[in-house]
Amino acid sequence: MKAVLKKSLAQGGPFLGLILVIVLFSIPAETREFFLTYNNFKIIFTQTVIVAIGALGMTMIIVSGGIDLSVGSSIALTSVTGAMLIQRGWAPLPVVLATVGAGALIGLLNGAAIAGLRMTPFIITLGSLGVARGSAKWLADNQTVNYDSSPINGWMTTADPFSRALPTGVWVALGLAMLTALVLRNTVFGRHIFALGSNEATARLCGIATTRLKISIYTLAGAFFGLAGLFQLSRLRQGDPTVAVGLELDIIASVIIGGASLNGGVGTILGSMIGALIMAVLRNGSQQMGWPTYFQEIIIGLVIIVAVFLDRLRQGRQT
Amino acid sequence: MSAVRLRLDGIQKSFGATRALKRVSLEIAPGEVHALIGENGAGKSTLMKVLSGAHRADAGTMQLSGVAYEPENPHDARLKGVAMIYQELNLALHLSAQENILLGAESTRLGWVDGRSSRARAQAALAQLGHEGLDLDRAAGEFSIAEQQIIEIARALLIQPQVLIMDEPTSSLTQADTAKLFATIQRLRQQGVSVIYISHFLEECRQIADRFTVLKDGETVGSGLMAEASLDHLVTLMTGREVKDLYPRTAHAPGAVVLEVKSAASEPRLKRATLQIRAGEVFGLGGLIGAGRTDLLRAIFGLDELAAGEVCVVGAPASENGPRERWSQGIGFLSENRKEEGLMLNQSIADNLTLTKMNRLGRWGWINGPRQRAVAQSWVEALRVKCQDAGQTIGQLSGGNQQKVALARLLEHPARIFLLDEPTRGIDVGSKAQIYQLVSELAAAGKAVVVVSSYLPELLGLCDTIGVMCRGELLAVRPRGEWTEAEIMRVATGSAG
Repeated sequence: MKAVLKKSLAQGGPFLGLILVIVLFSIPAETREFFLTYNNFKIIFTQTVIVAIGALGMTMIIVSGGIDLSVGSSIALTSVTGAMLIQRGWAPLPVVLATVGAGALIGLLNGAAIAGLRMTPFIITLGSLGVARGSAKWLADNQTVNYDSSPINGWMTTADPFSRALPTGVWVALGLAMLTALVLRNTVFGRHIFALGSNEATARLCGIATTRLKISIYTLAGAFFGLAGLFQLSRLRQGDPTVAVGLELDIIASVIIGGASLNGGVGTILGSMIGALIMAVLRNGSQQMGWPTYFQEIIIGLVIIVAVFLDRLRQGRQT
Repeated sequence: MSAVRLRLDGIQKSFGATRALKRVSLEIAPGEVHALIGENGAGKSTLMKVLSGAHRADAGTMQLSGVAYEPENPHDARLKGVAMIYQELNLALHLSAQENILLGAESTRLGWVDGRSSRARAQAALAQLGHEGLDLDRAAGEFSIAEQQIIEIARALLIQPQVLIMDEPTSSLTQADTAKLFATIQRLRQQGVSVIYISHFLEECRQIADRFTVLKDGETVGSGLMAEASLDHLVTLMTGREVKDLYPRTAHAPGAVVLEVKSAASEPRLKRATLQIRAGEVFGLGGLIGAGRTDLLRAIFGLDELAAGEVCVVGAPASENGPRERWSQGIGFLSENRKEEGLMLNQSIADNLTLTKMNRLGRWGWINGPRQRAVAQSWVEALRVKCQDAGQTIGQLSGGNQQKVALARLLEHPARIFLLDEPTRGIDVGSKAQIYQLVSELAAAGKAVVVVSSYLPELLGLCDTIGVMCRGELLAVRPRGEWTEAEIMRVATGSAG
């Protein structure tokens, strides 16, 4: 019974945090009118999509004991790739596949370097952060890639205030989150990710092919980052090689606020999704309060530190 | 010279319920090399930690040159004249030899390192050791192990110690380097430094030490002049104890050979090992810590690469040598290091228990959760693991219960050849007895079991055949009846024949 309570508390920590920030932004006079409306939440959900899809991949990587700093650059590179294909008249489905495939390829290279050269993920992905960003600018000739129109543009729109329907991106993120959560919990692949992150020596001792597993994790996560790039493209309606600078930090923060441990072996998709929502609510609320962006940055920074500190207190009590 | 440099009287030290030191007394004269001898776990390390200030004794007195000696911490002990050289060298490998020698005792002028005076002091310390030629500007990591040890000793000499403690100083030295080290120790002795020399190698102790003290189970059981003591006498003092009847003796009938190891070698320690394991046999591997027993198991299991020789699993097709292949051939490995290698401490009992066979717990890569829990729960009950349920995080269990789960992983897989590295290390007596019972039942059921143990009564009580290793070689394999504790120690310490 006690264990169940503890477990729900562990899951509930980020959720309580989300409720708290929502309540806090609902009280002030400046935001009271609009903040707690359906339309505002439609906007918040849509604003969460890119970080949320990135956080799905990042959760797998962080649970496996790794890290990926190249996500922002991957998103830029894949969205430029997508935009150029649309420019050349490709249909939506091939564009989606190619964009996701490009992300997976970046992930594959990251994973192969990390597992094959036995180098720390921090260093490898710090390097590929630069490589991918530079490639995006090179590919786009250092300017935005514009195209006439594409059905893809409609997947992230919240323009119509009278439509109650959520945009496609939100549904895709939601569906993938549920699928990824199931994979992490209930498949051999998922449990092996936890094993790798919890204790790599044990994983090896128990006969898990750790090299192959690492490469699969980074490749699959890369596919998620490619998809995030696609929605970035959809949102901007153009390919911008300078987009999403530093977005990896928002994504990593979402996963960490959601209760994952940078030491590996701990983390949930539900937690990471709540973490991503907390970040989006903070930004949305700060904007409505009319706070300048530097103030938002300070607040988000503090929230990360407080969240991880509270998490450590909780874990300390458990052991 | 005063007659006694260091006197310990009735030293006691407990950790929780474990009484590591019960009643230890020791006396050392100036300029004396004193050998401290005892089996693994006899209390030598604890005693040295008390002496060097890392632990405080619960009771007893210590006197240094006639004055009460109660070090607050290792730094204080050093200032009072007791320096310690640990088995694992403590050097900053990127810093120069000079910086290492002066670490924590740098000559400074107004906060800046005084280069000239530093160099003079480092050189003086090296001269005292007879190693003036050592290049002080080279990084410590570029020196050989033997030279690194000289740097450590030079560091200890900076504060003019009265007592120098050396813990297993020759364990990683070649014979030639050992001879040089002994020459250095002779110089220190002539300068009036008292040396406490801890080693498992009895021959070396006899060679270098003037007197000896033997520890057993946290007590001083004998001391005297080295010249008057025979090897047999020392071994009897170390091992003479009653074997309690912890060990179930089911009749085993060893069958066909199931595992053959031919001249196996691996980096860095395993030199040569040849052995055969039979079904229904409990095969014990004895030897000192660092003799290469764990290395042998790891090489068999494919965790370390074989540098030479081969491992043949009878009845299984030849394959690459890796843990994955070994598990599929029915070999299981229990690590001596539960926390760092054996278990995923922040995962559930069920995940830990079924990690090697998750593929077989469902279909198409999905795990049948209820089945996984049921499997784990049945082992939890069969082995009486104390826990809430199989979903509990394993890090919350006691050492003994963790070990039962680690063993259950091999049972559930199921393995037919069990490689168990120190299976009873750090666990309570109840769990120990249970594991002995289990090993015996496995052998009775026709499984082959290899047990590495540093505890001699365990080897003799549990195993049908015992092989003893020394310095990376498997020297002797004989039926249990032909071994005694003294004989095992004789082979393990390199003093046989």
